[in-house]
Amino acid sequence: MGDMLQYSVSGLTVGVIYALVAIGYNVIYNVTEIINFAQGEFVMLGGLCAVFLVGTLHLPISVAFFASILAVGVIGFMMERFVIRQARDVTVLSLIIITIAISILLKGTAMFCWGKDPYSLPPFSPGGPILIGGAAIQRQAFWVVGVSALVVICLTAFFRRSIYGKAMLACADNPNAARMAGIPVRQMVLLSFVLSGAVGAAAGVIITPISLMEYDRGAMLGLKGFGAAVLGGLGQFHGALVAGALLGLAESFCAGYLSSGYKDAVALVLLLLALFFKPEGLFGSKEAAGLKKF
Amino acid sequence: MGKRNWGIFLGTLVIIAVFPWLVKPVKAISHYLDVMVFAGIFSLVSIGLSMLMGYAGQVSLAQAAFFGIGAYTSGILTSRLGFNPWAAMPVGILASMLVAWLLGIPALRLKGHYLAMATLGFGVIVTIILNEEVQWTGGPSGMGDIPSLSVAGVKVTSEMGYYYVVWSMVFLALLFCFHVLHSRVGRALRAIHEEEMAAEAMGVPTARFKIQVFVLGAAFAALAGSLYTHYVTFLNPASFNLMWSIRFLLMVMVGGMQSLWGALLGTVLMTFVGNEWLHVFAEFEILVYGAILLVVALLLPKGLVSLISLGGSPRKVRVPLTDGSS
Amino acid sequence: MKRLGSSLTLVVLVGILLGVLWNFGVPSGVDAAEPYKIGAVFSITGPASFLGEPEKKTAEMVVAAVNKQGGINGHPIELIVADDESDATKCNLAVKKLIKKDEVPVIIGPSTSGNSMAVVSVAEESRVPLISCAASYKIVTPIESRQWVFKVAGSDSHVVEKLFDYMKAKGIQKLAIMTVSDGFGASGREELLRLAPEYNITIVADERYGPQDTDLSPQLTKIRGAQPQAIVNWSTGPTQILAVKNWHDLGMTSIPLYQSHGFGSKKNIPLAGPAAEGVLLALARVNIGPILPDTQSQKKVIMEYTKAYEEQFKEPISSFGGHAWDATSLAIAALKAVGPDPAKIRDFLEKTQGFVGMHGIFNFSPKDHNGLSKNDLEMVVVQKGDWALAP
Repeated sequence: MGDMLQYSVSGLTVGVIYALVAIGYNVIYNVTEIINFAQGEFVMLGGLCAVFLVGTLHLPISVAFFASILAVGVIGFMMERFVIRQARDVTVLSLIIITIAISILLKGTAMFCWGKDPYSLPPFSPGGPILIGGAAIQRQAFWVVGVSALVVICLTAFFRRSIYGKAMLACADNPNAARMAGIPVRQMVLLSFVLSGAVGAAAGVIITPISLMEYDRGAMLGLKGFGAAVLGGLGQFHGALVAGALLGLAESFCAGYLSSGYKDAVALVLLLLALFFKPEGLFGSKEAAGLKKF
Repeated sequence: MGKRNWGIFLGTLVIIAVFPWLVKPVKAISHYLDVMVFAGIFSLVSIGLSMLMGYAGQVSLAQAAFFGIGAYTSGILTSRLGFNPWAAMPVGILASMLVAWLLGIPALRLKGHYLAMATLGFGVIVTIILNEEVQWTGGPSGMGDIPSLSVAGVKVTSEMGYYYVVWSMVFLALLFCFHVLHSRVGRALRAIHEEEMAAEAMGVPTARFKIQVFVLGAAFAALAGSLYTHYVTFLNPASFNLMWSIRFLLMVMVGGMQSLWGALLGTVLMTFVGNEWLHVFAEFEILVYGAILLVVALLLPKGLVSLISLGGSPRKVRVPLTDGSS
Repeated sequence: MKRLGSSLTLVVLVGILLGVLWNFGVPSGVDAAEPYKIGAVFSITGPASFLGEPEKKTAEMVVAAVNKQGGINGHPIELIVADDESDATKCNLAVKKLIKKDEVPVIIGPSTSGNSMAVVSVAEESRVPLISCAASYKIVTPIESRQWVFKVAGSDSHVVEKLFDYMKAKGIQKLAIMTVSDGFGASGREELLRLAPEYNITIVADERYGPQDTDLSPQLTKIRGAQPQAIVNWSTGPTQILAVKNWHDLGMTSIPLYQSHGFGSKKNIPLAGPAAEGVLLALARVNIGPILPDTQSQKKVIMEYTKAYEEQFKEPISSFGGHAWDATSLAIAALKAVGPDPAKIRDFLEKTQGFVGMHGIFNFSPKDHNGLSKNDLEMVVVQKGDWALAP
């Protein structure tokens, strides 16, 4: 029983990170229908920025958290403003290549700034793991779940209540109509990239104390996060949460009860099954998915 | 095949044929021969991918996986079961085609990003299997001491010999593809690419054709894999991972998706760029590589052939059906 | 706009072309005596860069020091370093280029076993000696088809034998192993499974994980259930740190944890934090220079290397740089004795005995192109944030 609890805790912790990455994809997708293959690098950069701020500048972790989110948000801004916007031939393929190229550039830059070593962050609250029912739960895990929940709540409120949020959703549905209603579509697209960067960075900062961070972590996280996004239904925030958690749990149980070697395949097999049988995801709707450009 | 195409074909044939004799005497570039052998092997993959992407309009991030299936099948059959390399090659190709067919049936119903993700996911699963099944594949440590090819009883181990073997295959593959493109199948593919729904409305069995091209691409990739195996005589799963699938995609895109010559040009260029010319930048290589990709994708989405206007008639690479706005 | 795009692209391409031509055109300078060339291939970028970086730095440092002293018999050494980006295909091409274009008489590297295997046939065919810095025994076995290949890293079998000797003395019979699913981990796992029966050790758990994994608690929890008397973790990179942290957090510190020699870099101890206390491993003496007894024959060269490296690069030394030191020094010794003739260098290397290096005292022979044994390792334990000889 203790074992199952342990697997669940590990699975949930990492699953929440997948969920945040998935939400990052969803934010951009909701507004632009673009899949940002550089999403994983946002997570990596968030973690490494925090490492720099805490390790070199000795700032307190709370300051570092918000500063990192801001920094990566700026990177998202620059990415949209100076690169994506310039793309002349807006085909699926071009965008895939462009975001892949950006992810290579971000990874290369990180390699130069931080080197190839893994880095760690001190946990947000000191103290050893908490033992519950035979399972050891790291304190940072509570932070991971807590901060992620906060992020989701804030984002949902933003999209539902704030005028900017609603404007962003309008752009996704029908950019021309939105434009005619006076919504500055360009600005909304920009905002979506900034938000996406911020969400990714948050994930990076909270996971680094548990699992360290290095310059090439982005790819795997991005891949699994995308799996969660598709599984939950592209564009559905709650779907992303549930799917991310499910994915993390599935991986953890697979490693614990079946084969630790094939653990990574779990996320991918689930992704493939979702794509083949229910591409609109667990929470998406078939008609809405059919109407989307991509 | 049109006159212009024949012209390009023969011209390229001549250049490829004399290339080794041009570079051998010049010490500074004599190793370019080795780079060209790999370029040839990769060209087989990208020609298949170009047929799929440029002509049938389907994206695939799984070519490295098919490359790997061909490579490992050849490797396992020859080094562990004592097959003759030429006998093992068709087995690898058939295995790859079968897998592609099985994957293609559900996957090719998807479009755009979804298809890209499905092929990506499949590719990574293959890499994981190659890594895990240590008994057969040697796992992450790889599999070595694979026998090399022999032609008419003579072992082909020199770069020159391998170069001619590989590039002969490339030209045969090109001939085959041009034949397909100028047949009924080719016209059907172009119809599917332009506007799939219209093609279906006209009675073109789109699903069947898409799967056929997908399987063809996998076959070419597997052939390339076998050639790779017997050249390097060592395999490990890292040479067939997602990054390689992305590289093949880039080779086709950079050259120009719309034409097979684009794929060839892009492959040769990118192979030299990635393995040779960027070394002068040393540590900055990865940044320069990313920058080149970005520049080409942003400013030259139709690839380099659009600069030289080598490609066929301009093709509209349109996105499938519209949203409500148009 | 389209014209601008096309012209810009043309400019970029011309820029690259110029860069390439410049590479060819740069004159190598006028030397009094012809330089002796040493070729080197390391994984300076890519997943194995933690190996290649210190190796490159060490090789350059050693060569610079010799050149400062006037070179080899008056000939300056020209070290030509290539980066294989941790990729087998690029490694294959890099070695071919070194042999054909640069015509080097000897090559150092590659950094990883996989890449070494990819170039073994090239060395044999081109008849140029290759001194690999990687560990797999397959690099030098079967000796009949490895006449031109040598390696300076101890085999994983030596490390495992050393660990098992120690464990047997402590009465350990039930062992759990966890290994990473890359070349390094796979090789270690193979040796652990193969040699355990010889020491009456039963493997009660055999867990694997990916190099990018962020949490090893599932594997450790499973291991805990098997009730082993000791655990061996075999990985490099962040997962080896995670293993230590998770082992500590799960409260499993009553079961001794042994790491592979991949842990052999001082940087790892602060990363793992206080959890690292008590972790055991078998290390080559290069890592523990300061705590070696003065009577140890390797101590002098190790301390010289340690001081020079740490002073120049402001970072602690690692096991891996030590491999490059051994390979480069052997190459230099060969060049000094017989000059830049590949066949003579090969013969010289094969006859070298009693060479005092970072990773041991090398005794090569026609049948043994590795020259090391388990006696070139020490059992080390992490104590108070530093290495100490294990009791």
